[in-house]
Amino acid sequence: MKKHLLSAADLTRDDAELVLRTAEELRSLADRPIKKLPALRGRTVVNLFFEDSTRTRISFEAAAKRLSADVINFSAKGSSLSKGESLKDTALTLEAMGCDAVVIRHGASGAPHRLANSGWVRASVVNAGDGTHEHPTQALLDSFTLYRHLGKSHLGPGNGGGLDGRRIAIVGDVLHSRVARSNALLLHTLGAEVTLVAPPTLFPVGVESWPVETSYDLDGVLPKADAVMMLRVQRERMNGGFFPTAREYSRRYGLDGRRMATLQDHTIVMHPGPMVRGMEITADVADSDRSVIVEQVTNGVAVRMAVLYLLLGGSEPFETPRPSAPQEPPAISSDAEGADA
Amino acid sequence: MPAPATTATSAGAPDPGADRTVLDASDISRALSRISHEILERNKGADDVVLLGIPSRGVPLAERIAERIAAVEGATVPCGALDVTMYRDDLRLKPARTLLPTEIPEGGIDDKVVVLVDDVLFSGRTIRAALDALNDLGRPRAVQLAVLVDRGHRELPIRADFVGKNLPTSLVQRVRVQLTGVDDQDAVVIEGAVG
Repeated sequence: MKKHLLSAADLTRDDAELVLRTAEELRSLADRPIKKLPALRGRTVVNLFFEDSTRTRISFEAAAKRLSADVINFSAKGSSLSKGESLKDTALTLEAMGCDAVVIRHGASGAPHRLANSGWVRASVVNAGDGTHEHPTQALLDSFTLYRHLGKSHLGPGNGGGLDGRRIAIVGDVLHSRVARSNALLLHTLGAEVTLVAPPTLFPVGVESWPVETSYDLDGVLPKADAVMMLRVQRERMNGGFFPTAREYSRRYGLDGRRMATLQDHTIVMHPGPMVRGMEITADVADSDRSVIVEQVTNGVAVRMAVLYLLLGGSEPFETPRPSAPQEPPAISSDAEGADA
Repeated sequence: MPAPATTATSAGAPDPGADRTVLDASDISRALSRISHEILERNKGADDVVLLGIPSRGVPLAERIAERIAAVEGATVPCGALDVTMYRDDLRLKPARTLLPTEIPEGGIDDKVVVLVDDVLFSGRTIRAALDALNDLGRPRAVQLAVLVDRGHRELPIRADFVGKNLPTSLVQRVRVQLTGVDDQDAVVIEGAVG
């Protein structure tokens, strides 16, 4: 693995499967009387959150604490950031105090990349969501959830199959979704076939260069899907008319009981949260047996533990063999401002 | 230096011309049978005994001991795996390592007699890590240690209760345990063996 986790495109298939296997071992920790491992004792993890978040921040905090790391939570509200301090000065402050990893969420796409490559800090940088760009740990936990339900074989060392050929539909506000972007990249790396479904106005420019198929027709995609991932409509980001009314959106792109009935028996329903019940997903679907939305949160802690352990546990990040020729990651650009997972 | 979980237990370039097989398949089988009987004798039966193998090769050894105890005593002994990677004292000295499975048998380890099973006892640091790991999993009534090979060179005050074979070695040698299931044959080989 690289020193930083900035994009799902940074992960080779070996890297991603290593994270998932490690998470599989760490998941059992939740069932133990003492939910703690000593691996990161004495290491400091800073949660640097410039944007609001509940589950991602809590999940990273729980993950770091279960590995015995010291956690410093740093949110924009109530810090000098609200007085106008720059990212650079904040980074230099963190560096001066000494920290081993920075988990950053920022409204601007590329902020984690800037932090990692500017030389401001020596710590490992983990992207916890930047603008409308990427949210790689969300993609990892989604893949982990998919492996647990759809992986043809258990995540063993000789794991074959996995998600190869599985069809994943990602439905909704793709334009503003860093979750969709990271998932499209990672699921492609893991061999799954991704179909993005959205109204024409909610596809980003350049989506044809992504390693995915696209569709405007949800009803045509659902019967073939092995998993359906619903995205929140990020109305706080919308100042124009992306669709006529919320009611029309949910009639055409919302997952309700009628549409759920057209799914295959094994198909699972996912949502990265926060959900808007009645908009992209109805309550009966969100609370149905197919829904793995709560499990996604549980898996999030295990996956983030795996990421922190692999980046910080040793003298350097875990080494998986990398292809000798430098691979160009699929070019995915972002053209909208701000997003939420 | 601390011993890795698996087989290689000492630095030094292995000399392929000087490998020496010290235990073959039938030797290993006899040693495990004796260890199984000793475990039963020491604990006056198989009640409350839980076998925990340390991955990777401690796990198949624990399973084999469990089979033998079942054959002799007619009782099934819970058998599991205990990964100690995160408890190692040399975690920081090397790149992050991959985790191996931990499986604690149903019924847990509280008030049980836990027999740790590993292939090679060397510095004792793996066992120290295992004792720390056990501490986070429960409170056994007693902890005992069974190893296939004790090669000496302890760096900590730790000793095995049940030993398949004491193997005096020099620090430049490597002791490699091969077990069918993981490897293609049953054997204990000293690499770089000169005398």
